Amino acid sequence: MTTTHALAPAAARGVAHARGARPRRLTPARVGVYAFLIVAALFFLAPLYVMVVTSLKTMEEIRLGFLFGLPIDLTFEPWTRAWATACTGLDCSGISPGFWNSVKITVPSVIISVALSALNGYALSFWRYRGANLFFGLLLFGAFVPYQAVIYPLIIFERELGLFASLPGIILIHTIFGMPIITLLYRNYFAALPEDLFRAARVDGAGFWMAFFRIVMPMSVPITIVAVILQTTGIWNDFLFGSVFAGRENMPMTVQLNNIVNSTTGTREYNVNMAATILTAAVPLAVYFVSGRWFVRGIAAGAVKG
Amino acid sequence: MASVSIRDLDVSFGALTVIRRLNLEIEPGEFVVLLGPSGCGKSTLLNAIAGLIDIADGEIWIDGKNVTWEQPKDRGIGMVFQSYALYPRMTVEGNMSFGLKMARVPKAEIRRRVAAAAKLLHIEDLMHRRPVQLSGGQRQRVAIGRALVRDVNVFLFDEPLSNLDAALRTELRVELKRLHRELGGATMIYVTHDQVEALTLADRIAVMHRGVIQQLADPKTIYHRPANRFVAGFVGSPRMNFFTGRIEANGNAPVFVSEAFSQPLDGYAFIREPAPGAAVELGIRPEHVRIDADRGTHVASVDLVEPMGAETVVWSRLGSASLAIRVDGDAAVQPQERLRVSFPGDRLNLFDPETGDRL
Ligand SMILES: Nc1ncnc2c1ncn2[C@@H]1O[C@H](COP(=O)(O)OP(=O)(O)OP(=O)(O)O)[C@@H](O)[C@H]1O
Ligand SMILES: [Mg+2]
Repeated sequence: MTTTHALAPAAARGVAHARGARPRRLTPARVGVYAFLIVAALFFLAPLYVMVVTSLKTMEEIRLGFLFGLPIDLTFEPWTRAWATACTGLDCSGISPGFWNSVKITVPSVIISVALSALNGYALSFWRYRGANLFFGLLLFGAFVPYQAVIYPLIIFERELGLFASLPGIILIHTIFGMPIITLLYRNYFAALPEDLFRAARVDGAGFWMAFFRIVMPMSVPITIVAVILQTTGIWNDFLFGSVFAGRENMPMTVQLNNIVNSTTGTREYNVNMAATILTAAVPLAVYFVSGRWFVRGIAAGAVKG
Repeated sequence: MASVSIRDLDVSFGALTVIRRLNLEIEPGEFVVLLGPSGCGKSTLLNAIAGLIDIADGEIWIDGKNVTWEQPKDRGIGMVFQSYALYPRMTVEGNMSFGLKMARVPKAEIRRRVAAAAKLLHIEDLMHRRPVQLSGGQRQRVAIGRALVRDVNVFLFDEPLSNLDAALRTELRVELKRLHRELGGATMIYVTHDQVEALTLADRIAVMHRGVIQQLADPKTIYHRPANRFVAGFVGSPRMNFFTGRIEANGNAPVFVSEAFSQPLDGYAFIREPAPGAAVELGIRPEHVRIDADRGTHVASVDLVEPMGAETVVWSRLGSASLAIRVDGDAAVQPQERLRVSFPGDRLNLFDPETGDRL
């Protein structure tokens, strides 16, 4: 992160210099650009700001209606309530069961879908078995099928397998829907790897699995990070599949959040709802924040030749 | 010691046939260089020998065994790739020992073999580095080392020196020659499009063009008695001078006649003598053109003089054809000068312009 920041002004200066203009820091155009960026940032940050301050206010204070005001009577109670005791219907255990359900769904789904996709992309790029192109075409088609169109057939399919409304059932669904796009990602990455490396492994006597684990996967760290990020955020944020396929006991956090927020019994507790929403969004947000750095590192590691 | 025999090999990529009916017999312990322009199918042939690509037809025999359907690892070959193809996530030691680990060679034996190869290649100090931390020449040695430890009798080298600078190239070329001697009897098939490499390293050179071997012979023969027009033009720098003309009979002795000069062919060893009147192409190498102020029969006018240190190349015209002449580095030749030159009869090459074959 620091390097990018350090580099950007240097590059800008270089360009100004090359054009022969005197390095002026604040041209009207630049003021305009910054003004636009600041306004845009404020626009997108405003809801988040409102969520955070509202979640720290008491209900009395919220009823006063100063949406943008800082909390006068700072309280963390809405957060603990959102996590542990908020009610959906008669069940008053907060959003925490949803969190753990999401973990139970996301972790295996990410691992299985990324592993299978990597293997799939590897076989498609390096082994070029008979019918590989046809298979790849079908897979691509799968990547663009609208989800809603296949939900009902999938329900029947899972019911036949006895997996409908269960943890393995929802994991299977996420794996199926994650594979096309992640396979595509891996295949394109592998297509750019030098084929001679794989050939060298063959001469050295590495078979299908050895070449995969010892040669190809160690070179695929950057793309694996990308795949894990995509799948983690995608599966964590999923609502549709979770509400259909997970079953009552395994409802993911997003579904639970919806139930809390839309609960019709009692008064609407805006502060608790806000806290629950932030908690639900925390995981993908954290992934983005942490992975930004990993992403850059991963790409840099992949860019080194040799 | 192992022989390699390629019989009626066909290789195609889809509709594109890259290698046609190729036959090649390589003796045990021989150093054979595949020489040819870019895209002529050298790497494809090597990959076919190694079993890394599907072949359309033909057979490959190594050490008296038909290995056409064997896996690469079971063919008894070691290969050095054009791009080195070192495993980027492994150390030098890891790269060199990977094949042995795959073959479940005992640990102590692996250590012994890797150490021996490292010593031979002078890379003992680099064993714990990653490929990115090596220079081009060091990487190349590691790539050779990885092939050497496998204890095989046939080595396939795909342009191992092509990415290196001139000085390193010369140095490693000498080392390769030494290596071949020290390995005592390893068969080498070495791909290059650098003719100096080919001429210095090879026992025999196979000149390839469009997937066909044009000539297979020792370097001297390739250079002095090229089998066809392609080989003559491809090998040698500056390349051979060519003149078009026809054969005329002067009494009993044939004479080559072009629009600018006529050249008696008494000293020429014909494979088959063309009939008088037949169109032919005459070739002579730049270093064989003799500048002879007194007895020179052809008059060339100098365009350009290129001093290259030890030698000087004189670019001139003979009639409408261009003539390059290679002279001593301190020869005093001026542009615009008119030179009397002669072509020694035993240095000539004659080709059939239709087929390109040597006459
Ligand atoms: N995988 C492939 N698919 C299709 N065509 C290919 C493939 N590999 C090689 N070719 C074609 O086969 C021909 C021979 O290629 P090859 O790599 O053997 O050439 P080369 O003699 O090694 O050239 P260079 O000296 O540039 O390495 C080329 O015309 C090339 O375009
Ligand atoms: Mg090649």
